[in-house]
This record gives sequence, C-alpha cells and structure tokens, in this order.
Amino acid sequence: MPVRHRKRRAGALPWLFLALPLLLLAVFTYIPVISMAWYSSTSWNGVSKRMPFVGAENYVEIFTRPQLFEVFLVSLYYVVAAFLQLGVALYFATLLSFRVRFGNLFKGLLFFPYLVNGVAIAFVFLYFFRPDGTLDSLLNFVGLSGHQWLGDPDTVNYSLAGVSVWRYTGLNFVLFLGAIQSIPSDLYEASDMDGATRWQQFRHIILPGIRPVVGLMSILALAGSLSVFEIPYIMTGGANGSRTFVIQTVDMAFRFDKVGLASAMAFVLLALVLLVTWVQRRLFPDDRSTTP
Amino acid sequence: MTTTPTSTRKTAVHKTATTRKAGPVAYVTLVLAGLVAVVPLAVVLLASLKDAAEFRADSPFDPPSNWLNFDNYTTALTDGEMGTAFLNTTIILLFSVTGTIFIGSMTAYAVDRFRFRLRGAVLGAFLIASLVPAVTTQVATFQVIDVLGLHDTRTAAVLLFTGTDIVSIYIFLQFIRSIPHDLDEAALVDGASRWTIYWKVILPLLKPAIATVVIVKGIAIYNEFYIPFLYMPSRDLGVISTSLFRFKGPFSAQWEVISAGVVIVVLPTLVVFLLLQKWIYNGLTAGATK
Repeated sequence: MPVRHRKRRAGALPWLFLALPLLLLAVFTYIPVISMAWYSSTSWNGVSKRMPFVGAENYVEIFTRPQLFEVFLVSLYYVVAAFLQLGVALYFATLLSFRVRFGNLFKGLLFFPYLVNGVAIAFVFLYFFRPDGTLDSLLNFVGLSGHQWLGDPDTVNYSLAGVSVWRYTGLNFVLFLGAIQSIPSDLYEASDMDGATRWQQFRHIILPGIRPVVGLMSILALAGSLSVFEIPYIMTGGANGSRTFVIQTVDMAFRFDKVGLASAMAFVLLALVLLVTWVQRRLFPDDRSTTP
Repeated sequence: MTTTPTSTRKTAVHKTATTRKAGPVAYVTLVLAGLVAVVPLAVVLLASLKDAAEFRADSPFDPPSNWLNFDNYTTALTDGEMGTAFLNTTIILLFSVTGTIFIGSMTAYAVDRFRFRLRGAVLGAFLIASLVPAVTTQVATFQVIDVLGLHDTRTAAVLLFTGTDIVSIYIFLQFIRSIPHDLDEAALVDGASRWTIYWKVILPLLKPAIATVVIVKGIAIYNEFYIPFLYMPSRDLGVISTSLFRFKGPFSAQWEVISAGVVIVVLPTLVVFLLLQKWIYNGLTAGATK
C-alpha cells in the first residue's frame, strides 16, 4: 500500500518542480522564437496594432539589398580573427602545459582580459586606437607614423577584430589548457623516452587528445563571429563599414522601427548559427554533449 | 664543490625524461603576450591619474605627476552616477543568481530523480533551447517584456537572466547524476517528502555546482551590456555597463575621466579574480563545455 501510494504521487510531483522552469523556458525562449517567425512575414513596426502580412518579402530584401547583405562580409574579419585566436590560444596552452617559470602569472595575464567588462574594453581600445593614443605612441617609438585606425574604412574592421582576439583568447586558452592537462602524463613520458620532439608530441598526443574541445571552441568562435555586437557598437556605432549583422538588426528593430524586417534578419542569423552547430556536431561527435 | 656539477647534471638528465623546460623562444612569446594583455589596460590607469592639462601634454606612457590624484575618480563616481550603477548591478546580481540556482537545481532534480512520461520531451526542450543564441531572439523577446509591462524595470533583467540560462541547468544536471540515489531512498524511507529531500539532501550536496554557477553567472551578469541597454533605458536604472556607456556623451573629450570610470569598473573584477583564480578557471571549464 505505502509503496503504491508513493508511486502515484511521483506522477504529478516532477511537474511541481518543473512548473516554473518550464514557464520561463516557454515565455523567454519558445514564445519569442515562434512569434519572431510570425513577425518576419509581416511589415510590422513594433507599435501599431496592424501587422500587414508580406510573405517572404523581408527575406528577399535581406538577400537582394546590397547594404543589408554586405554585413556578412564584415563577419569574415571576425571569422579569420576567431581562428587566429584559437591558434594563439592553442600555442600558449601547449606551452604552459609544460613546466614554465612564472607559469601561473602568465596564465593569469593571458586570461584576465576575458573577465573585463565589455564596455570597459571598448573604452580601453578607443583610447588605444585614438590619434596620438597608445598604439600611435608605440609606433612613434619605433619610428613609424600613426594612422586613423578606427576612422579609415580599410582598417576599422582589422582594428575591431583585433580587440575581439584580445578579449577572447584567454577563454580559449584556459579551456585548451584544462583539456591538455587531463591527458594522462605517462603518454608524454613514454614519448620522451622514444625521443619525440615537442612538435611530434603536440601533433600526436595533444591535438588528438583535445579534439572535442577544439571542435566545440571552433563552433563557439564561428557562431560568435556571426553575432558580434557589443564592441563595434560601442566603439564605432557601426560607422565606416564596421556594421555587423546584430548591429544592423538592432538598429532595424529599435531605431527604424522595422520589427518585421529585423525579425527576418534575426531568423536568418539563427538559421546560420544552427547550421554551423549542426555541421560541428557532425564533424566532432562528442558523446558528452549529446547525452545530457 | 666537486659534487655540485655532477649532481646538477644528473637532475637535468633526469628532468628531460619527465618534464621539459620551455626554451627562450617560449619565454619571449610569453612576455610579449603578457605585454599585449597588460599595456592597453595599464595606460588607462596612468591616464586616470592625470589632470586635464597634464593629459593633453603627455604621451600615454608618461607617468602622472601625482600618483595620488583621485579627482577623476570623484568626478566619475558622482557625475557618472556609478554608485547607483553598483547598487543596481548588485540587486540584479543577487536576484538573478539566486533565481538561476533554484531554477537550475529544481529542473535537474526533477529530470534526474523522477521517471515520468514526457521526461524525454522536457529534456529535449531544454536541449534545443540551448542551441538558440539569446542575441538572435531579442527582437521578439522585447515584445514579450513589453506585453508583460516589465519594460524599463529591474525585474525584466532579472527574469531574462534567470529564465534564459540553460547552461546552469546543464551544470546542475551533470553534477546531480554523480549523487547516489541511495541517499534519496534512505531519506524517503525515513518519511521525508520529495521537497524535503530536494531541500535538505540534494541542495546541500550541490554546493560545488552552486559555486560554479555563482561564479560563471556572476561574471556574466556583471559584464552584461545588451540586456540592460535594451530593457532598462532609464538613467536611474543604469548598471555598471550602461552607466559606463553613458560616459561617451558628457565626458567624450575627457579621457582622464573615462579612464577613471574604466578603472572603477575593472578593479572589482581584478580583486575577485586574484582571490578566486582557481575556482574561476574550474567554473569556466565546467560552464563552457557543459
């Protein structure tokens, strides 16, 4: 009897624990995704009661209006920067996984930028790149002249992508380091006995050992470069051709009141990120993340 | 005297077999990387201690004439309303982190400890949601907040931070699996209710996971710009990020004041980092790889 009683109660009980989490999940994730799909087929301005249906017009506009489409080209700078950043992080993670004097100090120095507030970073680098600022003064030391780093459309995206490398290398570095340190150390010892070089150890022990993390980091970096917003928005406001997809979307929605078009843009971005994620899961199947 | 060289050579030979030391190239690159990380921040600290005239005359690398000139800090704190900002950030931080802990641990408890119909569907719903980057859905989330009448309130930020954090649910889920079911069973036999088990048995055992969530979530909220910027435009609702962002207007030409604002925002992060280094590294590893 008591066993049965308990069993029946368990039927409704989990839902008591899940009620609030599921409500929040629905209200702040699923309702927005569904309503966004609906807005994207209208020319709604976000305020009016009328939401005129326009079908696929917004999507056609995104892919045919050059000003809307060229923001994807800006993403390319960040994609290249993301892979540069992964390489740099992997190099230092490998280096510091061996015994290095002041290892913890270097670890902290490399990682700390990741913890710094984004707005603070934006100001730090506005100061860094300003005429006669930090970078120009450094160049003067070595006899080179300054440059309009953020004012010149030819260099603005390199400068901004550089900031993103400065900001995120530390995170990648720490995650790589954690993964490398979980590789059993007798593997290194055995390869040392066999006279393996550093590069051979990296190529045949470290890289295969951290493959899932490299895969995960590449996907996060790629998805991240598609959704860049904070730093360019604060530093240039999207001027001089530094407008990214999210800046464009936010401006469409909240400055030009084109919620319909902005929703379609957001949907395109969502589809791209999901596509990248899907490709990554195919390339780097990782049993830890597929069975939560 | 004569034994020293042999013994050092001996240990050196021994060491190559286990741990090799980094060469000069390695140290050069490390020092360079360290400088790249520090210099942009350090020059801002120098600028924050100079007065306006000094700032205009100096190169960014010149030291301030008075290392204890905190005038810019006073201006930043009072005119920049950074006190209010810290208060707002603290309030939002407390409520959001507490909320995240309860939402995450309750979800993990229900999903891991009960066998019920639709359990797979619930798990799937959270899994799929984790693939949707929040930044892509803000246009529509904004309408939800608007309909709920929460626009321009702290509640909006708290709810968004609490309700859209899937990562912490995963951290709790991973951790709760390692807690043996026998403990629940024993408590159940003793007549404890499921709620009591969650509250008195599970939650205390989740402490390490809670520490991870507090750190990862705390850092994320302290640094978040997008959500407060969109949902709390009022001046008196400014948080650390948005208040600093507003420096762009009134202080646009006063780099020494902006620099002071930057230092005020970064300093707490530095202190927390120095105190909790190890936990932060571990927390991020747990958070990012789920």
